[in-house]
Amino acid sequence: MESEEGQAVAGAEYVLHLYITGATPNSARAVQNIKEICERYLAGRYELQIVDIYQQPELAREARIIAAPTLVKRSPGLIRWLVGDLSERRRVLTLLGIEPDPNDPYLHG
Amino acid sequence: MTAASPVLPQLPKAPTGIEGLDDVTDGGLPRGRPTLICGSAGCGKTLLSVEFLVRGIQEFDEPGVLMAFEETADELAANVTSLGFDLKQLQADKKLRVDHIHVDRSEIEETGEYDLEGLFIRLGYAIDSIGAKRVVLDTIESLFSGFSNQAILRSEIRRLFRWLKDKGVTTIITAERGEGNLTRQGLEEYVSDCVILLDNRVINQITTRRLRIVKYRGSTHGTNEYPYLITEQGISVLPVTSLKLAHAVSDEIVSTGVSGLDEMFKRRGLYRGSSTLITGTAGTAKTTLGAAFALEACRRGEQCLYFAFEESPQQLIRNMRSVGMDLQPYVEQGLLRIEASRPTLNGLEQHLVTIHKLIGEFKPACVVIDPISNLVSVGSITEVRGMLTRLIDYLKVQGITALFTALMSGSKANQEMTEEGISSLVDTWLHVRDLEGIGERNRGISILKARGMAHSNQVREFLVTDEGIRLLDVVIGPAGIVTGAGRHTQFLQEQALALAAQQEVERREREVERKRRVLEATIANLRTEFESVEEELRHVGQEEQQRQQDQRQARQQVAQGLAPRPGGTSAAEPTNS
Repeated sequence: MESEEGQAVAGAEYVLHLYITGATPNSARAVQNIKEICERYLAGRYELQIVDIYQQPELAREARIIAAPTLVKRSPGLIRWLVGDLSERRRVLTLLGIEPDPNDPYLHG
Repeated sequence: MTAASPVLPQLPKAPTGIEGLDDVTDGGLPRGRPTLICGSAGCGKTLLSVEFLVRGIQEFDEPGVLMAFEETADELAANVTSLGFDLKQLQADKKLRVDHIHVDRSEIEETGEYDLEGLFIRLGYAIDSIGAKRVVLDTIESLFSGFSNQAILRSEIRRLFRWLKDKGVTTIITAERGEGNLTRQGLEEYVSDCVILLDNRVINQITTRRLRIVKYRGSTHGTNEYPYLITEQGISVLPVTSLKLAHAVSDEIVSTGVSGLDEMFKRRGLYRGSSTLITGTAGTAKTTLGAAFALEACRRGEQCLYFAFEESPQQLIRNMRSVGMDLQPYVEQGLLRIEASRPTLNGLEQHLVTIHKLIGEFKPACVVIDPISNLVSVGSITEVRGMLTRLIDYLKVQGITALFTALMSGSKANQEMTEEGISSLVDTWLHVRDLEGIGERNRGISILKARGMAHSNQVREFLVTDEGIRLLDVVIGPAGIVTGAGRHTQFLQEQALALAAQQEVERREREVERKRRVLEATIANLRTEFESVEEELRHVGQEEQQRQQDQRQARQQVAQGLAPRPGGTSAAEPTNS
């Protein structure tokens, strides 16, 4: 059970669930990326849950996961599936509806 | 299909349980390997896959997983309910898992490197949770609409098939038919074991469905295109070889509805459960014979189903009433059901589905199909043959006595169709035809074959009268059997001959009488003559006697005269006298 409740805030603005497959490189990068984004942009107003579907395969079905890693944005707005290791920072921010910070070193990475 | 060549290990196969498909594939799909089923929209890919799973569960106790990319579990369950598949129950029994993979481009965004491990995990979890032996991926190509990175998708799909193989599950992957390719996304290059192509073809505005095994590595298989039906019981592939010829037979005899015709069979009728074909050219009363058969069945109190492909029920009833056969009361009683439709209304397979369905509903003892030749307009000869084989087989298995009519045109092609196509399947073959003479046509009926029964070899003329069909007695003329006006002429001739013969006999009798009388007269004459001779003889005899007596007296007198009366003598004389 690697389900990691990072800074869970009741009634948080951002509810994000990241589904990973153990410690594969893609998954590790995705975890790193989302944590950075949350800390930099969403401090105090997000709820991030990381689910390892190797450990909890039954959750993959409920969350309609096909690809891995996948970040499911449950709120705000419509539910979206962000597939991939989240390394395209600008695109991820746009999809999450966050204004990019020009000082973000990964913005162009 | 017997257990042959035990020397070489056969490729293990997973029987599908789908009617006919296991015959075509020589035992089923390759066990533990993926099979690709491709076809255009609406040809039954999903249905075939679902049936593969359901039959696997019901008949072979092999639980299955259905990964549905296009339909939700509820939609799918609803779609196959009409076939009697209760997916919900099977899921509750932990025999089936339906996992809907929702792929929606608008909800999925790609943000970097990924793989399809999520799909693998879901599939693996589903398989392991019920111990599945069978998997269906319907239709995996949907992934291509949700993900844009083709390179990842292709390598992942390749990996998926490899993984399924390693898991040892028998898999069906369905795919849309592509232009020029078997599948739109070229999936056939990943599935190398077995590829089945379903086809939904429109020829002359009529749709027929066909199945073909494009390849089957390591196994023999039927190479033809086989028509298949989507029936109430699921998919039914119709290879001719599926005729098992193992139905029960009856020894009971049923009437043809025409007494004269019954007489032509040694046992006075047809075997129950047999199939009879009536062929003939136009206007030779095939329908009337069919109706007579149906009417007779109703009179016996049996249910009869009449498929009319040429006439409406009302028209049929009216026309048959004109020849003294009233079908209406039986229709009202519910014994007779007339189903009329234009053959071109549906594809061939659809007709057979309808026929199957109605027979299943109505459970008739007798079925009349009038005419089957009209169905030829719907498909090619081989197709029709395949379908009819299956239909006749079906009717026999159900123990239904069937009568088909078939129109034969003068052309050879059509005749061959009948001869090669159907006649070998039917038990009894009656042929009605025009006996065309000078200035008239007469109808003749003959029995071409009757399996298991001796029968007349004659062509019998028959009339369609106000009281139905009446077979006329056989009249043999100098050149064989005569009919029509010839029959009449023959009759008159025979009458004249008979009269002449009669007169001859009378003349001879008179002659004899006359001779007898002459003879008698002669005899009388002779007798008279004899009598006169006798008379004369007697007369002569008497005279002679008289003469001798006279002589004797004269002599005595002479003797007495010479010695005139001596006393002694005279004294002695009174004592002597």
